[in-house]
Amino acid sequence: METKISVSLSDFRTETRAWLEANCPESMRQPVKDPFDLFWGGRNAKFNSEDQRLWFERMLEKKWVVPYWEAKYGGGGLTSDENNILTQEMTRLGCRKPLYSFGISMLGPALLNFASEDQKLHYLPQIVEGKIWWCQGYSEPNAGSDLASLQTKAIDKGDHYEITGSKVWTSYADKSDWIFCLVRTDFNATKHNGISFILIDMTSKGVSTRPIKLISGKSPFCETFFDGVKVPKENLIGNLNEGWTIAKYLLTHERQMIGGIGETDVKKEVHTTALEKLSLNSSGAISDGVLRNQISDFEMDEEIFDLTIQRVTDEAKTGNNSGALSSFFKFYGTELNIARHELLMSIGGSEALFWGENEKKDGDLARKFCRSKGNSIEGGTSEIQLNIISKLILGLPTK
Amino acid sequence: MALIITEEQKMLKDSATELLSAKAPISQMRELRDSKYTPFDKELWEEMVAMGWTALTVPERYNGLDFGFVGLGQILEETGRNLSKSPLISSILLGASALRLSDNEALKVKLFPGIMEGTSQLTLAIQEGKHHQTSIFNTQAILKGDKYVINGSKTMVIDGTTANLFIVACLVDENYSLFIVDAKSSGITVSKKILMDSGSYADIIFKNVEVSAENQLNIKFDGRLFLDQLMTISYSGISAELLGICKQAFDITIQYLKERQQFGVIIGTYQALQHRAVILFSEIELCKSIVLKALQAIDENDTSALKYAHLAKAKLCKTAKLVTNEAIQLHGGIGVTDDADIGFYLKRARVAQQLFGDYNYHLDQLAKIKGY
Ligand SMILES: Cc1cc2nc3c(=O)[nH]c(=O)nc-3n(C[C@H](O)[C@H](O)[C@H](O)COP(=O)(O)OP(=O)(O)OC[C@H]3O[C@@H](n4cnc5c(N)ncnc54)[C@H](O)[C@@H]3O)c2cc1C
Repeated sequence: METKISVSLSDFRTETRAWLEANCPESMRQPVKDPFDLFWGGRNAKFNSEDQRLWFERMLEKKWVVPYWEAKYGGGGLTSDENNILTQEMTRLGCRKPLYSFGISMLGPALLNFASEDQKLHYLPQIVEGKIWWCQGYSEPNAGSDLASLQTKAIDKGDHYEITGSKVWTSYADKSDWIFCLVRTDFNATKHNGISFILIDMTSKGVSTRPIKLISGKSPFCETFFDGVKVPKENLIGNLNEGWTIAKYLLTHERQMIGGIGETDVKKEVHTTALEKLSLNSSGAISDGVLRNQISDFEMDEEIFDLTIQRVTDEAKTGNNSGALSSFFKFYGTELNIARHELLMSIGGSEALFWGENEKKDGDLARKFCRSKGNSIEGGTSEIQLNIISKLILGLPTK
Repeated sequence: MALIITEEQKMLKDSATELLSAKAPISQMRELRDSKYTPFDKELWEEMVAMGWTALTVPERYNGLDFGFVGLGQILEETGRNLSKSPLISSILLGASALRLSDNEALKVKLFPGIMEGTSQLTLAIQEGKHHQTSIFNTQAILKGDKYVINGSKTMVIDGTTANLFIVACLVDENYSLFIVDAKSSGITVSKKILMDSGSYADIIFKNVEVSAENQLNIKFDGRLFLDQLMTISYSGISAELLGICKQAFDITIQYLKERQQFGVIIGTYQALQHRAVILFSEIELCKSIVLKALQAIDENDTSALKYAHLAKAKLCKTAKLVTNEAIQLHGGIGVTDDADIGFYLKRARVAQQLFGDYNYHLDQLAKIKGY
């Protein structure tokens, strides 16, 4: 029995490898330089290149945009073993994800767990097909780490809710079609118990956005304002006032994504860059011994972190799973990414400081370095992850 | 291969937990130390033999269990947790592995039975200077007739005062070679050294020590390759022990954070301490992955096994230092008293860190392997 399964899995691997090699265009196997090297879909979807279009359409037809969702929701219905093989093979070739979307990595898992069957059948296939660009409306000016103190309110108006308030740091809000939002539906309950999870069409009357410029010089996110926005009641996900549970569940998926789990594009090894840019001694070692050690230490952690993702994924298959581990991945993965950028800046020396005047083309390294500083803040800060692990995994008491 | 242990390996680990926590807890280690630094308890060693631990990595052909290094690693992890003293590292991790890798069939047939029965105790004599390295040896073996004559000196020989057979790493002409040398041979001087982990180590001087050519462990097998493979096993095995040390020092510390009160509150409620505890947790999570990967790589004859072994030892040295230091600090004053067990973890960790190369050594090797 067991050999039969593994034989069919090894067939699956062979076929998958052959299919990817035949169908993934060469340019879609190159490392991602900018988030917009990826295809984000949406109502006004634009492909950056013919290859990008081809790659997306082929994967869509193959049902591998979200390979592990059930077929009725537009997924490929792969088992977790098959999906792992597909991820491994995509990683081996360095294939980019055909579609990059908060719908896949964040909203989808929440819908699968909490939405009604009708809602799933309505929203999930649209996510797979890249028809809707989703953004996340969680944070508010006075509700960051203390997210549950959010104040955007939804008033029951019989057949609809009327939503008023403002969100902040909403990534890509100005480009998004819909937003999944946390709103307060009960002002008398304790703060965690009066929150609901609702979906809002960004073209609704009363929704507006204002871009915020980051230290990288780019403006990928916005303030989002809701001024008496009418939202149909059927857009509520899960039970009224029970949105906090959904919010937390979604965050575990967001944190895994930010921690780098499931990524398939291959990052260039730091030492490769170092060998290209730095002077070497007669035995071929990097002359700057301090930097050499730092690189070796970093690559040690990076490689072992990847093994840890594998180990915990394998353990989860045997039913050994703790949701709080997503906080560990978020914390450690983002700190590693920040360390990686610090090293690249050290290696680049004064060359790495170049900024330039065109934020789209110039100063890639320095801008990315700046962007990496957000990694330990977005999706819940490192400190918040440490708090969660302390409480949920270590069981340390709170006052 | 999945990066998890199998049911059978888990059962072995559980049986090790059971035996060691009952028969060789840290209190036993303390007693041994207080009885003039007795190296280990003979009865415990017999129990380990009875449990089959000495046969674990011996091939079936020689009546061993051939259970693999992941299995042995589970036991070493548990000895790390309990700081149990025994010749498992010297005679099994090092000795039996050297014999396993050897292509001297006659020696294998002759020595495996005694090793498995625990009546014969091997150890490895490799280190010469203050730090581990595997390329420059001053100890030489020169062929004279049908015998080799060994001259040189070794240090940090684990259980060197109780082992009856030494495996000695030598230079033969320009090549590396390993010899089985009887501890009683004339020309050998063993001086006992007690290190900070209360363990018995030896400095050994070899002066014109004659060894039969039949005792050469590598006949056709290239000495460099032999050493690399033996070191792969040593690095990974010691890392498994260090993992156990980290886990236990961490568990003891978390327990303390949940009990000790100051300023009218449990100290574990302080965020400054919580965050430090989570850093330790995170690093130990990484350690678990690399130790298992390194052990699996040996069992699977993975061509990257040596790299994983370096990764394991580098990471475990770094983490063991961090965890044992923090463990003491988070205990406050009690942490630096001999009455508290936590100090034993610091002391064993420091020795295990140095054994077979510290963090610096392995980090350097990793960079070399990757060509920078
Ligand atoms: C690049 C980026 C993209 C983002 N995208 C989105 C998005 O799409 N949608 C969205 O809703 N939000 C988004 N965010 C917002 C993000 O979730 C918040 O910035 C984050 O949760 C922190 O909140 P804050 O900025 O208000 O910081 P604060 O909560 O004010 O934190 C300030 C400092 O205090 C520390 N701190 C706060 N509370 C505690 C505590 N209890 N214990 C210890 N330390 C504490 C924090 O760790 C931090 O160091 C994004 C943020 C960034 C940087």
